[in-house]
Amino acid sequence: MASERSIKITPEVVTKVARLARLNLTAEELARTTHQLADMLEHFRDIDKLDLADVVPMTQPHPLKNIFRQDVVVAGLSHQEVLDNAPATQDGRFRVPPTIGFDV
Amino acid sequence: MSNASSAPTHSTTLPNGWEMVIGLEVHVELDTKTKLFSASPNRFGDEPNTNIDPVTLGLPGALPVLNRHAVELAMRLGLALNCTVQPSTFHRKNYFYPDLSKAYQITQYDQPLNVDGYLMLPGDIRIGIERAHLEEDTGKSTHFGGSSGRIHGSDYSLVDFNRAGVPLVEIVSRPDIRTSDQARQYVSELRAILLAVGASDAKMEEGSMRVDVNVSVRQAGEPYGTRCEIKNVNSVRAVGKAIEYEARRQVDLVESGGVIRQETRHWDDAEGRTHTLRTKEDADDYRYFLEPDLVLLDPDQEWIDSVRESLPMLPAARRERLAQATGSDKESEAIYVVVERGQDDYVLSVALSGGDASRALVYVQQSFADAGPSPRVPAKDLAVLTVLERDAKVTSTQAKTILAEIVAKGGGDPVAIADAKGFHALDSSALSDLVDVVIADQGEAWAKYCGGEEKALGALVGAVMKTSKGKADGKAVTALLQDRRKSNIE
Amino acid sequence: MLRPRKMADFGYHRQSVLMSNEMSNSSFPTVIELVTDIRQGATTASAVLESHLSRIDLRERDIHAFNVVTVEKARETAARIDSDIAAGINCGPLAGVPIALKDNMCTRGVPTTCSSKILEGWKPPYDATVVTRLQQAGAVIVGKTNLDEFAMGSSTENSAFGPTRNPFDTSRVPGGSSGGSAAAVAAGFAAASFGSDTGGSIRQPAALCGVVGVKPTYGLVSRYGLIAFASSLDQIGPFSHSVADAALLLEVIAGHDPLDSTSIPQSAPSLQSALSQGVKGMRIGRIVDLPEGSEPEVLARVDVAFEALKSAGATIVDVTLPSLSFGLTAYYLIAPAEASSNLARYDGVRYGLRVDAEDINAMYGATRGAGFGDEVKRRIMLGTYALSAGYYDAYYGKALKVRRVIADDFARAYSTCDVILSPTSPTVAFPFGSKTNDPLTMYLCDVFTIPSNLSGDAAMSVPFGTGAHGLPVGVQVLAPALGEQPMFRVAAELERAL
Ligand SMILES: [Mg+2]
Ligand SMILES: [Zn+2]
Repeated sequence: MASERSIKITPEVVTKVARLARLNLTAEELARTTHQLADMLEHFRDIDKLDLADVVPMTQPHPLKNIFRQDVVVAGLSHQEVLDNAPATQDGRFRVPPTIGFDV
Repeated sequence: MSNASSAPTHSTTLPNGWEMVIGLEVHVELDTKTKLFSASPNRFGDEPNTNIDPVTLGLPGALPVLNRHAVELAMRLGLALNCTVQPSTFHRKNYFYPDLSKAYQITQYDQPLNVDGYLMLPGDIRIGIERAHLEEDTGKSTHFGGSSGRIHGSDYSLVDFNRAGVPLVEIVSRPDIRTSDQARQYVSELRAILLAVGASDAKMEEGSMRVDVNVSVRQAGEPYGTRCEIKNVNSVRAVGKAIEYEARRQVDLVESGGVIRQETRHWDDAEGRTHTLRTKEDADDYRYFLEPDLVLLDPDQEWIDSVRESLPMLPAARRERLAQATGSDKESEAIYVVVERGQDDYVLSVALSGGDASRALVYVQQSFADAGPSPRVPAKDLAVLTVLERDAKVTSTQAKTILAEIVAKGGGDPVAIADAKGFHALDSSALSDLVDVVIADQGEAWAKYCGGEEKALGALVGAVMKTSKGKADGKAVTALLQDRRKSNIE
Repeated sequence: MLRPRKMADFGYHRQSVLMSNEMSNSSFPTVIELVTDIRQGATTASAVLESHLSRIDLRERDIHAFNVVTVEKARETAARIDSDIAAGINCGPLAGVPIALKDNMCTRGVPTTCSSKILEGWKPPYDATVVTRLQQAGAVIVGKTNLDEFAMGSSTENSAFGPTRNPFDTSRVPGGSSGGSAAAVAAGFAAASFGSDTGGSIRQPAALCGVVGVKPTYGLVSRYGLIAFASSLDQIGPFSHSVADAALLLEVIAGHDPLDSTSIPQSAPSLQSALSQGVKGMRIGRIVDLPEGSEPEVLARVDVAFEALKSAGATIVDVTLPSLSFGLTAYYLIAPAEASSNLARYDGVRYGLRVDAEDINAMYGATRGAGFGDEVKRRIMLGTYALSAGYYDAYYGKALKVRRVIADDFARAYSTCDVILSPTSPTVAFPFGSKTNDPLTMYLCDVFTIPSNLSGDAAMSVPFGTGAHGLPVGVQVLAPALGEQPMFRVAAELERAL
């Protein structure tokens, strides 16, 4: 674990993360974020002290199960309400810049 | 969709001992009234952005609530595929794309609802099902401008979120498929099961059933090769063609010293080839984590049992049953076609009405293509006709004429129709006399036939039929002529 | 770039402003007093509203508690309630009470911004469940309050629209992230308000502003329509002048909501009935291994609180919570991880800010780069990193295990006591800019509040006198999940002891 934690936070790593998060950072922000991220992650090594081998991860406070809705239509948003807040629309749809070079 | 399972084989074998290894990922839209996590309609073909609510549009503050009926349909499918239903969870798959409203897809990741099933193909070939999990569909982007509206080089895109949140089941096979024919059979059989259990309308042309194909090649017995995933395979026919193309491409590449890169490829049906869409190097890092807005899905045994009990008889069992009842091969074209049309119960009811099952099967296959699962023709009428033909009261040609009339009128008494048309098969002594007349009349053909020219038989049979004005039974005539030749030669 | 501005930017001198009688808790009417007076005809909803609006007129420019004051809508609502009351119609348990909402709860047709440029001007087409329940209870919503952008912060300095100032001392922060909601109640702009608490965002500003603040058990109050920061930690709760008010307000908004899958499927607990029960026989936990770093005056007030409960008949029990201090790390990995996903939807496609660019990815990057402030960017980066391939196990996965250890520690403690007492915040309200340079210093503000978000338990802050500079100190009452009744019994006793 300790070796994983000593992974160095470099500007390259931060650039990659910023790209994953679709977050443009200025050069100044990149430098500051690299420094702060490294600081924080260093501080967060405090939990390496704990023996967590047999601990089951906790993702929610009170585990409920089988919460459902019935398959019944309820009136949703009007076409107008859907598009009202949109930065750009055309023909009843949301208009976006070209999606170059990738598809899902 | 025509039945591919018994169609003549189109698989080619790869050269030099190469073998295909194929796995399929099939997405099907479930036939619910509402979306997987919200209450707007799940409906195809509406005006853009009209089946929308805060959850569908990914509005700030909106939260998902799971549709119970979607779970039930997914379980129906899973149980029909012999899967185990297990406690399951939902994850977020994070990536940016304009038709993904929340910028994450809610999907099942390491604990899917259905696991470890299988599906049987003709020849008792068992294809493993790794999982069949629930997830939500995305909206739809349409790309405009640039070169022919394709993704690369478009000017802009328009997004419609009607499809966003529609419930999907993704069925992932194990890499057990070895030929393109098997792949096509798998898709056809899966579709038949989906329709049988009512989980989906499974229309490939409308996108409610979508197939992604994973293909690799290897020398038989060697470990798996690097695989490529092919998207946009929109018909059963395209499944076969895309696999054939892609396997060839990989073999050619390897044999010419190249290396296969793991990548996603796009099937271009018009060009009949695959293109690179994206390589693994720029693969997204989806940062899966457990969806905190949803809770454990843990169907209790009572629910699972009640779903299992409510399952209809599945296509394979129905084919088996029909084959037994009609004395046919369970993998024959007629059995597949009739079961696919849902007319097997009808054939069985003809048999129950005293009819001849194997003749009924042929009649239904040939003359009931548009009649649907419950043909208008009363089973009793068809039963009478099969018996008339079996007992040689009418010839098969006459039977066809009567059948056509019954189908056109939605029923009728075959005996009365036969009487009205003066249809009667000749009795055996009259037929024998007629055969002798023709042998005498067609000396040349008769000589040829006796000399071993089998082609001549046809002319002789035709002549007898003509002389009888259609009242002779073709099979009986053939048998008589064969007998005569035998005794002549002796 | 948006930066928390220094006090000098606002032209204020660093001096205590208005520590007059009007600032003490008792000088403003409570919700219960207002409801009673309005119902009995001693006053009207409109008159009550106007007195609050006049205080807003007088001091809002100094305080900046609101992103928007919905004057016209509020007047319409108050007038309708007055005419209904005149007609003998029962308008609900909060009839005519002016209430402020943190600007991260969706209000149909009223701008909801999370104090972020990226949502500036966005008008939700739907109401949060809490908003619907308040309206049905007869509340008069007076406006949307300022917060740290997307509720990320402990001082309300991270608002894109400028900070909120502490009504007790406008050179100091009100705490955060629900600083606007806390200040609005403390300054008498609203009789009560609602905030959201992900790591202390209700309790810490309540303590710093001298009001009552409650973080209910996770799942007790619907999150539908609350703009998510960290979904497994977020919970809505009230700010009020009195413990009784808080009990009433929580009763109104609590209870199962079919639109929130994590909403506990049971009806709202009865809390007002617990207030007069006293603490005789109750076991109050004292954390013997409390993390260091609190101001002595704050610790002194907690000691006084223990004494008060003891003399009211409670027993003090020592408990240990060895994992408490690891909560910060777990929280600052889990919350940013969830936030990085929750905030990915702000992509310039369907609503909010768009900065145009030549292709979709460039548009995403430019929009999000321009629309989010420093702290939000920092947490998105941290969370994205913690979840990304290769680091998940070392960071996020490990944090989830620490979360379990903390919850288990609390469960063990609650086997020997009914509630636990601690400081809410290690310090009283601090001056603007004093913690903005180092994120980790700011994060330490929440060391005592974070654990109950991780465990999902109930907790509240009760004003309990003053500490350094005569500024308010809050005592935190921690209780197990669905332990709101014992929690309110103890809170009411502390209030009586004051
Ligand atoms: Mg897949
Ligand atoms: Zn999928």
